[in-house]
Amino acid sequence: MENKLIVSLSPHVHGSDSVEKNMYGVCIALLPALIASFCFFGLGAVTVMLTSVLACVFFEWAITKFILKRDKLTILDGSAILTGLLLGFNLPSNLPIWIIILGALFAIGVGKMTFGGLGQNIFNPALAGRVFLLISFPVQMTSWTDNVLDHVDGYSGATPLALMQKAILEKDPSVLNNLPSSLDMFLGQTEGSMGEVSALLLLLGCAFMLWKKIITWHIPVSIILTVFVFAGLLHLLDPVYAAPLQVIFSGGLILGACYMATDYVTSPMSHKGQLIYGVAIGLLTVVIRNWGAYPEGMSFAIIIMNAFTPLINTYCKPKRFGEVVRKEAAK
Amino acid sequence: MNSILMAVIALGVIGLLAALLLYFASRKFAVHEDERIGQVSAVLPQANCGGCGFPGCAGFAGACVKATDEKGSLEGLLCPVGGQPVMEQVAGILGMTVEATAPKVAVVRCNGSCENRPRLVEYDGATSCKVQAMVGMGETGCSYGCFGCGDCVRQCQFGAIRINPETKLAEVDEEKCTACGACAKACPRGIIEIRLKGPKNRRMVVLCNNKDKGAIANKWCKASCIGCGKCVKACEKFEAITVTKNLAYIDAEKCKLCRKCEEACPKGAIHAINMPPRKPKADAPAAPKAENTPTTPNTQSSPITPKEQQ
Amino acid sequence: MKTFHIGGVHPEENKLSAGSPIREAKLPRQAVFSMFQHIGAPANPVVKRGDQVKVGTLLGEAGGFVSAPIYSSVSGKVSKVDVALDASGLRRMAVTVDVEGDEWEEGIDRTDTLVRLADRPELDGKTIVEKIKQAGIVGMGGATFPTHVKLCPPPGKKAECVIVNAVECEPYLTADHRLMLEKPEEILVGLQLVMKAVGVEKGYIGIENNKPDAIALMAEKANQYPGIEVVPLKVKYPQGGEKQLIDAVIGRQVPAPPALPIDTGAIVQNVGTCFAIYEAVMKNKPLIERIITVTGKSLSLPSNLKARLGTPFQQLIDECGGLPEDTGKVIGGGPMMGKALMSLDVPMTKGSSGLLVMKKDEARRSEPQPCIRCAKCVGACPMGLEPYLLAKVSEQFDWDAAEQNDITSCIECGSCQFTCPSHRTLLDHIRLGKSTVMGIIRSRSAK
Repeated sequence: MENKLIVSLSPHVHGSDSVEKNMYGVCIALLPALIASFCFFGLGAVTVMLTSVLACVFFEWAITKFILKRDKLTILDGSAILTGLLLGFNLPSNLPIWIIILGALFAIGVGKMTFGGLGQNIFNPALAGRVFLLISFPVQMTSWTDNVLDHVDGYSGATPLALMQKAILEKDPSVLNNLPSSLDMFLGQTEGSMGEVSALLLLLGCAFMLWKKIITWHIPVSIILTVFVFAGLLHLLDPVYAAPLQVIFSGGLILGACYMATDYVTSPMSHKGQLIYGVAIGLLTVVIRNWGAYPEGMSFAIIIMNAFTPLINTYCKPKRFGEVVRKEAAK
Repeated sequence: MNSILMAVIALGVIGLLAALLLYFASRKFAVHEDERIGQVSAVLPQANCGGCGFPGCAGFAGACVKATDEKGSLEGLLCPVGGQPVMEQVAGILGMTVEATAPKVAVVRCNGSCENRPRLVEYDGATSCKVQAMVGMGETGCSYGCFGCGDCVRQCQFGAIRINPETKLAEVDEEKCTACGACAKACPRGIIEIRLKGPKNRRMVVLCNNKDKGAIANKWCKASCIGCGKCVKACEKFEAITVTKNLAYIDAEKCKLCRKCEEACPKGAIHAINMPPRKPKADAPAAPKAENTPTTPNTQSSPITPKEQQ
Repeated sequence: MKTFHIGGVHPEENKLSAGSPIREAKLPRQAVFSMFQHIGAPANPVVKRGDQVKVGTLLGEAGGFVSAPIYSSVSGKVSKVDVALDASGLRRMAVTVDVEGDEWEEGIDRTDTLVRLADRPELDGKTIVEKIKQAGIVGMGGATFPTHVKLCPPPGKKAECVIVNAVECEPYLTADHRLMLEKPEEILVGLQLVMKAVGVEKGYIGIENNKPDAIALMAEKANQYPGIEVVPLKVKYPQGGEKQLIDAVIGRQVPAPPALPIDTGAIVQNVGTCFAIYEAVMKNKPLIERIITVTGKSLSLPSNLKARLGTPFQQLIDECGGLPEDTGKVIGGGPMMGKALMSLDVPMTKGSSGLLVMKKDEARRSEPQPCIRCAKCVGACPMGLEPYLLAKVSEQFDWDAAEQNDITSCIECGSCQFTCPSHRTLLDHIRLGKSTVMGIIRSRSAK
C-alpha cells in the first residue's frame, strides 16, 4: 500500500499535555504528604491508603467493563488512582477495611460512573465517598488514633477542630489553650485524618502543581484568604473563635483548598468563577465549622459549591477580548 | 407531647398553605389548549424527528388543528414517519379527509466504495462529515461523494441508516426508514435524496452525485456518473432522465422501470433496486456487457472505460 | 516586554531554517495560477488556451472591489484554463502556463538598487494605493486579504498608525525573519509607502524577541526613517494575529465583531506585504514571487526559497532534499494554522508562507479523551472565549448557544486544541460552528 498523506484541519501540533500527566502530576504532588502520613500513623495508614487506591481502581475497571461495557478501559488515566489517594487522605488511619471499600464503591460507583465517568461527574468523587462515610459511620470516621509524633499530652484523641467547636459551645476561650501552636499544626503534629496532618507538605505539593501549571492559583488562594479574613474577624470580635492561622492549618482545609476544590471536573471554568467558588467555599467552611453539627466543614462546603459550579459557569464568562478597551499604553 | 403537637400543627399549616398556593397558581397560570391537539398528538409516532417540518409531534398536531380551522383541509401536512395510516387517523379526529400519498424512502446517491473510489489521503480529525467537508475534498478525489463519517447516522431517530464498514458508505435500511428527511438535511453534500419508494419498492436510481466533468469524475471513481447522456437516449420514450451539470437524474414519476438505462450506462452508475435478477440469457439487444449488470448497489460491474462525451 | 493581554500558548519554535539565506528557486516547467489566491471574489481569467504570456502579463482581472488581479510569474504558453486542484483541497478555476524561457514584460525594474521615498517625490497616497491594487498585492502572512481594501478605511474611520507584522509567531516559519535580515531597507521604504498612502506619521514594526538579530538590524536601519519604531515583543502565540498584535504594540483591543481593527486606528501589514508594496510601487513589479519557508524535521535541507507563484509544491520540496520516506503530512503554511495538503501537485499561491513536512509519528493526532473540564482551553484562548463550550454546542448543532457565546470572535488560532490535555478536536467543531453561525447571521441581515 502506498504511503498516504494525512489531512486534517489545523492545528497540526499539540502541546503534549495529557490527562495522564495532569492526574499523575497531582499524585506526585501528594507524595510528600503521603510519606509523612505513613511516618505519623504507621502501618495503619499504609493499609488504609492501599485499600482505598486499589478498591477505587478495581471498581473503575469493573464498572467500565461489566456495567458500561466499554471497550476502552480508563483505569490507567490516573483519575481513579487519584480519587483513591484523596479518599484515603480523608480517612482516619484506623478505619476498618470494609468501610474503606464501601467508601470507594460509593466514590467511584455513585460519585463518578453513574454520571458517565471521567469529566461528567458533578461532585468530586473522593469527597462524595468521604461525606457518604462520614454520615453513615460517624463514630468510626471521627475516632482518631494517636499521632506517633504527637507531643501534646492529655488531649490525644481530640482534634483541634473538636476543641475549637467545644470552645464555642462552652463559650470558654480557655479551651483553646489546649490547641497545639499554629507552628506545630503547620508542620504536622496534630490529630486528624491522614491528609490533615501536615499543612507544610501539602502546600509544598501545591507549589509543585502551580509550577507545573496543573492548577492555577485562583481557587486555593481565594479559599485560604477568605478563611483567614473571616476567621480573623470572628476571632477579633470574640476570642472563643480560634485564631485564623490555627483555623487554616487545622483539619482538611489545606488539603481541600489545594487538592479537592481544584478538581478540574467539578470546579468552574473561568478565573472569575473560580474566585467566586473559592470565596464561597471559604465562607461556608467557617460557617459550618463554627456553627454546624460537624466539626469539619471543608468537605461539605466543597460539595455544596460543586453543585453550584454549572450555575457559576453559566453566569461567569471569561473577559472577552476587546470588552474593555484599555487606556492607550503607547503615546 | 406538646412539642410533637406543635410540630404537627406547624407542618399541617404549612402544607395547607402550600396546597392553596398551588391551587391558585394552577388556576391562574392554566394554559387552555385545544383538546384536539392532545388527541392528534396521541396518534402521532412521538418520535419528534422534525421530518414534518414542525418542531416535534406536538408542533405538528398544533399545525394540523390550525390548518383544519383556517383552511379547512390538511393539504401539505404529512407525518412522513406515520405515513398514510397515521394521517388517516389524524383526519378522522379532525373530521377531514386526506389524499393518498406515495411512500418515500431515503436513497444514498453514492456508490464510491473503497474499491470503486480509492482513498488518496487519510482524514484525521473529528468524526463529522461537516467538519471533513472543510478540509477540502475529503479522502478521495471526488468532491461530491459520501464522506462516510456518519452525520446522517447521528441524525436518524429510527436507526435506519448506518455506515457500512466495508464500503465506508451510508446505507439505508428500507424497512426502518420513514423518509423523515433528517439524514438528507444532515448531509453536507446533499447526497441523500428522499425518493418515491416506487411500485413494490422497485426503482431505478443514479447512484452518483458527481457534478464534475466526465474526465475528472471518471478518473477518481469507477462508479461515477460522467454525464455522457447515453441513458437519456435510452429513455427517449419516457423522457424520465435528464443530465444537468454532468449528472444524470431519473425522474421517479416518469420512470417506467424498463431498465434500459441500466444497460446503457457505461459506468454502471444506474442501479435497479429491489428488482428480480435478470435472466441469464437477457435478450437485450444493445447490452453486450449485461451479464454482470448489478442488481443491488453493492455489487459492482467491471469498470468500463467511458468515452468522454463532453 | 510587551505582549498581548489575554491567553496565548508557547509552541516549540523549531525555526530550523532561520540560518539559511534566501535562495532563488528554479523556474517550474509548468505553472498553475489559481484564480482563488485571495479572500473575496475570485479573479476572472482574461487569457485563453494558446495565448503567449510573459512574466508580469495579466492572467486574471479582479472580480470585484474585494479581489485582486493575478499576473503570470513565468513566460510561455497558456495550456489550460480549467479547474485544477489547489492548496485548499478543492478543484477551482486556474490558468496553467507551460514555461518557455524567462521573458519579462517591459517596465519592470529587475535591479537590486534601493529606491527611497525621497527619490520619488511625485508619489502621493492615491497613486500608491492604485499601484498596490494594480499589482494584485494581498496580505502575505497567510490571510490573503486584498491590501488595497485595508488601505481604504471605511468613511468615518481614521487611521492613526501602521503596524508591521514581523512577529512570525508560527513555529517553523522563517520567511519573514530572513526577509528582514536581507532586505531591511526595502521593508522600511515599503512601510513608508503604506504610511504615506493612509496619511499617518507613525509606524511600528513588531518583532518577537526570538529574532534578536532582526530586531537589532531593523532598529539600526529604522533610525534613518522618521516616525518608525521597532517594538520587540515577548514570544507568545498567536501574537501574529492582527488583533493580538495591535493589543501588544499599542495596547488597544479591537472590540467584538462587527468592529474592525481600523476602529483602534491601526492598520497592520505583514513584512512580506511591505516588501511586495515596495517592489510594486518603486520597481513596478506585480506580485509574482514570494519568500516561502520549506522546512520540517525530516527534510534534509530546510530552506527559505524565493519562488515564483504557481510553482508546484513538489518542486519546492525536491529543491530542499526531496520528500522523506516517512512523511505523514505536508502542510501549506505553519503548523498552527496551515492547511494539510492532499497532494503535492498543487501550486504555491500568494498566501503560501511555508511548506512544512511532518513525519508520520508527528503527524497523527492522539485519540481524543473525554473533556475533563480543566479550563486550560479557556486560559489559552487569546480572545477570552470558552472553547470547550463552543466545541460542545457546535457538536450538538446548537447554533443559538454558539452565537450567544461569541463564537464569531474566534480567530481559529488553534491555541485551545494545542493545549487540550484530552486531545479533543476542539477547533474542528468550533470552525464548523463559526462558519454556520456566520452563515446564519448573513442570511438574517440579508432579510
